[in-house]
Amino acid sequence: MLDVAKPITPLVQVRGLKMYFPIYSGILRRHTGDVKAVDGVSFDIMPGETLGLVGESGCGKSTVGRALLRLYEITGGTVEINGTDVATLGTEDLRKARPQMQMVFQDPQASLNPRMTLADIIGEPLNEHTDWDGDRKLARIYELMDAVGLNRRFANRFPHEFSGGQRQRIGIARALALNPRFIVCDEPIAALDVSIQAQVVNLLEDLQEKFGLTYLFISHDLSMVRHIADRVAVMYLGRIAELSPRDALYARPLHPYAEALLSAVPEPDPTLARSRQRIILQGDVPSPANPPKGCNFCTRCPKVFDLCRQVKPELAEVEPGRFVACHLYSDPTAAGSTGASTANEHNQQGVSL
Amino acid sequence: MADGAAPVLDVRGLKTVFRTRGGEVHAVNSVSFHLNPGELLGVVGESGSGKSVTMMSLIGLLPSPPADVRGGTVMLGNRDLLKISADELRDVRGAKVGFVFQDPMTSLNPVFTVGNQIMEPLIRHMGMSKKQAQVRAAELLALVGIPDAAARLKSYPHQFSGGMRQRVMIAIALACDPDVLIADEPTTALDVTIQAQILELVKDLRQKLGMAIVWITHDLGVIAGIADRVMVMYGGQVVEQAPVKDLFANPQHPYTRALLKTIPSLTGEREARLQVIEGQPPIMTGAPAACPFRDRCAHAFARCFVENPERRAIDGCEVGKGHDVACHWVAEVAHA
Repeated sequence: MLDVAKPITPLVQVRGLKMYFPIYSGILRRHTGDVKAVDGVSFDIMPGETLGLVGESGCGKSTVGRALLRLYEITGGTVEINGTDVATLGTEDLRKARPQMQMVFQDPQASLNPRMTLADIIGEPLNEHTDWDGDRKLARIYELMDAVGLNRRFANRFPHEFSGGQRQRIGIARALALNPRFIVCDEPIAALDVSIQAQVVNLLEDLQEKFGLTYLFISHDLSMVRHIADRVAVMYLGRIAELSPRDALYARPLHPYAEALLSAVPEPDPTLARSRQRIILQGDVPSPANPPKGCNFCTRCPKVFDLCRQVKPELAEVEPGRFVACHLYSDPTAAGSTGASTANEHNQQGVSL
Repeated sequence: MADGAAPVLDVRGLKTVFRTRGGEVHAVNSVSFHLNPGELLGVVGESGSGKSVTMMSLIGLLPSPPADVRGGTVMLGNRDLLKISADELRDVRGAKVGFVFQDPMTSLNPVFTVGNQIMEPLIRHMGMSKKQAQVRAAELLALVGIPDAAARLKSYPHQFSGGMRQRVMIAIALACDPDVLIADEPTTALDVTIQAQILELVKDLRQKLGMAIVWITHDLGVIAGIADRVMVMYGGQVVEQAPVKDLFANPQHPYTRALLKTIPSLTGEREARLQVIEGQPPIMTGAPAACPFRDRCAHAFARCFVENPERRAIDGCEVGKGHDVACHWVAEVAHA
């Protein structure tokens, strides 16, 4: 899967994606500002690849996933999926494009209609997008249930009769119904118990291999993303901080935020957990309605220097295949002089709480 | 760990049953544990394993009906919390036992200021005047790392971020200098970088105040970092109990072993495929007459289906003091 390098064209191409939610205030409900949930995000996803999208709550990762499938009318940028720009498609064309892009939602309880049976739920996309007769549909529903490991006897049961893990399987079967090429998995395991998470992740991997699926895997669980993703994008406050191949990122994160985020993940090993030097970030994430003037991370960054507070860094390739939006890397003069000295300063700050 | 000192909290044979239309659910089944002074006991388990219900039962926080605390003793110092009156119990809660809940938004009252809520237990339990309580509340907020504490007393919960709210919850729980702090998934609703801040705060507070803590979580990573001793719960029972290093280095119960393997590592070897525990956690209806893990266990044999295993020490210590496990397979096969 890692060999899907240069010559193949990406299945998903996102350029400068912006998603602003307007704020209206005052008696006249005048448009007074925007929550910049996603503010200029660009990335590619290769066919058959899993791109992990990680970040803390409110960083815009779910918004990216939903904007990609045009569940929102995006503010700016282009989203090309399989050669068509879904950002500008008309209603009817968009409907025709929908079968190739599907979504698995976080909360399997909320994303299944409690009054529909399992067969109705999985068959609904077929009603909508095919003119098949009942028998053919039922055959397809059974096929899908087999694929996700649901017993065929359950076809006439309702969602409340299933456990969380099984409900997530129903959601996955529904997403697969129309043979999509691209699936956005929005925190598909966050609501599940630890022992059930592994079952669902293994299922997603099996299905990817079997049907040649391409995933955008959105999660805040960095250990699970390390397991499932080929490349990982780390988001902070609406922008991508770092986009790197999985092993490179986890071995040596380049962006200071990626570094802090990884160091904050508790490791299930008592000896390691007690010996590890952690970077404890101070403070909270700023509001996306009023992001800092320079780099979005400049208010909490341990390696911050003057330039960071003035100019937003652009995402740039600093090593083959590794993209980082940070002045430490993008500006050679800064990285040479200021960067080195602030790096030392950072270490001292990181240790003392 | 001061093993010689008398435990601050000693729970024996605690049983809690929920009466539902589908029959009785044995949510907590003969749970015994103790908490030494200054110790941090981690309680791990999946949802429905009975970890929260155990802690809620012992300080009378469960609504009855449907809950029915059937038996056992809960000794806090020399008082049995299951025998004292509701009034006395109210004096214990807050004053002797502090509680931090998972969701800091729903456990703070949105219409009162944060200062008001920190002062409430101080006035109720410590008999402080309003002035004294205000001074102490500001100290507490400063203690949990909220800058400009005196001014922030006038803020409402919605004016704080999630991590800050959890700091406020901790300040309230610590207000009366309790002997025991029970923290029920206190960092689960928080982001990892904020979780790291809270964990650091708790470590710091333990050094300063030296209280005993029960920390409930499903996150083995969190447990590895802060606990002295760990108790693993499954199906309303304690299935394994050990000092933290023993538990991670030498897990015994098939559930613990499997659980440790299902979590992908952040730094170690990357497995091509995740290990899974097949099946679902049990619903504990009917009297537990067999091992709760039997249907998902790779090692289950005939005895597991007819007899609920007792906790047995594997290192010669008394049960509860060293490393013990409730498993027929470990007793008969693994250590035979």
